[in-house]
Amino acid sequence: MTVLAIENLNVVFATEGGDLHALRDVSFKVPEQRIVGIVGESGCGKSTLINAILGLLAENGRIASGSISFEGEDLAHLDDKAIQDLRGPRLSTVFQDPMGALNPVISVGRQMRNIQYRSDLARAEKDARSIDMLRQVRIPDAAQALKRYPHEFSGGMKQRIAIAMALMMEPALLIADEPTTALDATLEVTTIELLKDLQAEIGCSVLFISHHLGVIAELCDDVVVMYAGEVVERGSTRQVFGNPSHPYTARLLDCDPARQSERTRQLPTIPGELPDLRRRPEGCIFAARCDRRMDVCAAIPPDIEVVPGHVARCFLAESQ
Amino acid sequence: MLSYSIKRLGLAVVIVSVAMLMLFSMIYLIPGDPAAVALGPRATEAMREALRVKMGLDQPIWVQFWNFFINAWQGDLGNEVLSDRPVATVVLEQLPYTIALILGGISWSVALGIPLGCWAAVKRGSWADRLVGVLSVAVIAVPSFVVAIYALLVFAVTLQWLPAIGAGEPGDLGDQLVHLLLPSLAVGLGWVGYIARMVRASMLEVLEAQHIRTARAFGLPDRMITYRYALTIAILPTVTLLGVGIGQMLSSAVFAEIVFARPGVGKLVYDAILTRNYPLVTGTVLVTTVIFVLLNLVADLIVGALDPRVRSRF
Ligand SMILES: Nc1ncnc2c1ncn2[C@@H]1O[C@H](COP(=O)(O)OP(=O)(O)O)[C@@H](O)[C@H]1O
Ligand SMILES: [Mg+2]
Repeated sequence: MTVLAIENLNVVFATEGGDLHALRDVSFKVPEQRIVGIVGESGCGKSTLINAILGLLAENGRIASGSISFEGEDLAHLDDKAIQDLRGPRLSTVFQDPMGALNPVISVGRQMRNIQYRSDLARAEKDARSIDMLRQVRIPDAAQALKRYPHEFSGGMKQRIAIAMALMMEPALLIADEPTTALDATLEVTTIELLKDLQAEIGCSVLFISHHLGVIAELCDDVVVMYAGEVVERGSTRQVFGNPSHPYTARLLDCDPARQSERTRQLPTIPGELPDLRRRPEGCIFAARCDRRMDVCAAIPPDIEVVPGHVARCFLAESQ
Repeated sequence: MLSYSIKRLGLAVVIVSVAMLMLFSMIYLIPGDPAAVALGPRATEAMREALRVKMGLDQPIWVQFWNFFINAWQGDLGNEVLSDRPVATVVLEQLPYTIALILGGISWSVALGIPLGCWAAVKRGSWADRLVGVLSVAVIAVPSFVVAIYALLVFAVTLQWLPAIGAGEPGDLGDQLVHLLLPSLAVGLGWVGYIARMVRASMLEVLEAQHIRTARAFGLPDRMITYRYALTIAILPTVTLLGVGIGQMLSSAVFAEIVFARPGVGKLVYDAILTRNYPLVTGTVLVTTVIFVLLNLVADLIVGALDPRVRSRF
């Protein structure tokens, strides 16, 4: 069973300098109870992808074509109210910045109760559920924590509270947008483990976005590699990391220090710059920075299946 | 919250004390002999000397200040010249009218300014937003005495919907409220503009915040996000602004009380200046300073009550 299937998704932002093609023909699937990782440099369209799924694109953005089917409904064509009804109970999110993710002037307990606003439970029962969730994310003295305000918790605790809130309605899909990037290394490990435990317990799928290839390798079942608004390679983590079939993935893995040490958590830098998405270059999107460029690369490569389930948008994949 | 209040109250006491020192220095530095002014040109030197001793003017300056300071904190602001009644009594008689006027002005500005600013922010870029923008600038630009005069002419004289002068029958709350409507509008109208602009700007900022995005991602309804999650934060700077704005409202109150022939501290100080009733002038200034500091304190306590981050900082 597939929880989320994105097909040929195109997202365009209207800007002063013309249309900015932020996502181009993006396709991938999130199967039931799997953790799918998305990697890519900053600016490659990860947040845009999430916002498109959640129906929260900026006002100047629109889904130009493609479909986002989630539990059988196409989110790309659902009206705002219908998507809003899915957010929370079926589709939930944890964002990067734990410092700013919670409302500073509303107590944690009230925020958690508000998230359950659709439920008919009595107030005390809702609070009991909140306490239960806070215990699961290992917040000490959970009952007392309901009365406290976000600034009274540390960054790691805030992120765990945000995770508790996101999972409270037992969604089918949890989207995590770089949830650990702002945390230090030790906290990152514990938070990842916590996410993994909770995912197993609730039985949801996770779409996990990270810069950190080490974390992706450890946590995710599948990987989607994005570059300048396109999915350049996708497959199971073992397939992609074991046999990188797009030069971009290969370069990322080549110079990823995370493979050797846990110190650097930024993506490795590759010479050259991201192309200007308002004037997409003809042909392969990565050609300008690719050290294995060929003449055929002047045309846009198709998605080529290396082995079943492992796809790369590169002519080189054909010859393998 | 309690320790926050106590600290803030301590600060208020310090501010009032400093204000007293400044007021005392001003009286001291103003040229002329207070005793001579009080007694008029026909008094003899002996009479003046006697009054000087009675007023304590023969003492060293720091003793004079100390006496002034202690007496003022005990509510003794001296006696006024014309009727020889205690200044404190005279001012306190008029004070409720002015406080009602200021609170009325705040009510107008909050009741109109916050919804308008919020509406403009939610509909930003629309004609509604632009209309609120233009109206805000317009009401800020018009001086409050002009508002007072036009309000009087239009609603009281031409349309005759509302009474023109006075503060209403004593004891008749409804009548007093009706008499309060126009003068308090004159005091508060400019603030409608300030508050609308302020709320709009801070709403726009808050709506961009990460926690609002999170709230949307949890599927919370738009109404809850706008009013409970965003507006409660967006009004905080407005409350502080209003606290400081009390001073400006007090000066508008002088005009409003004169135009509408209302009793009040503004009218009192105006008359006192015209009759050179100096003890009354200083007493009134001191009392309004205390009122300013107190209302400022109230504004800070409200911010503290609304924002747990402020509370914990103390
Ligand atoms: N509202 C917007 N208007 C115009 N361009 C945008 C907007 N949001 C994102 N973009 C552009 O879309 C691209 C992808 O951005 P984003 O999804 O934030 O990347 P990532 O999350 O991977 O860092 C970037 O080039 C960015 O400048
Ligand atoms: Mg991003």
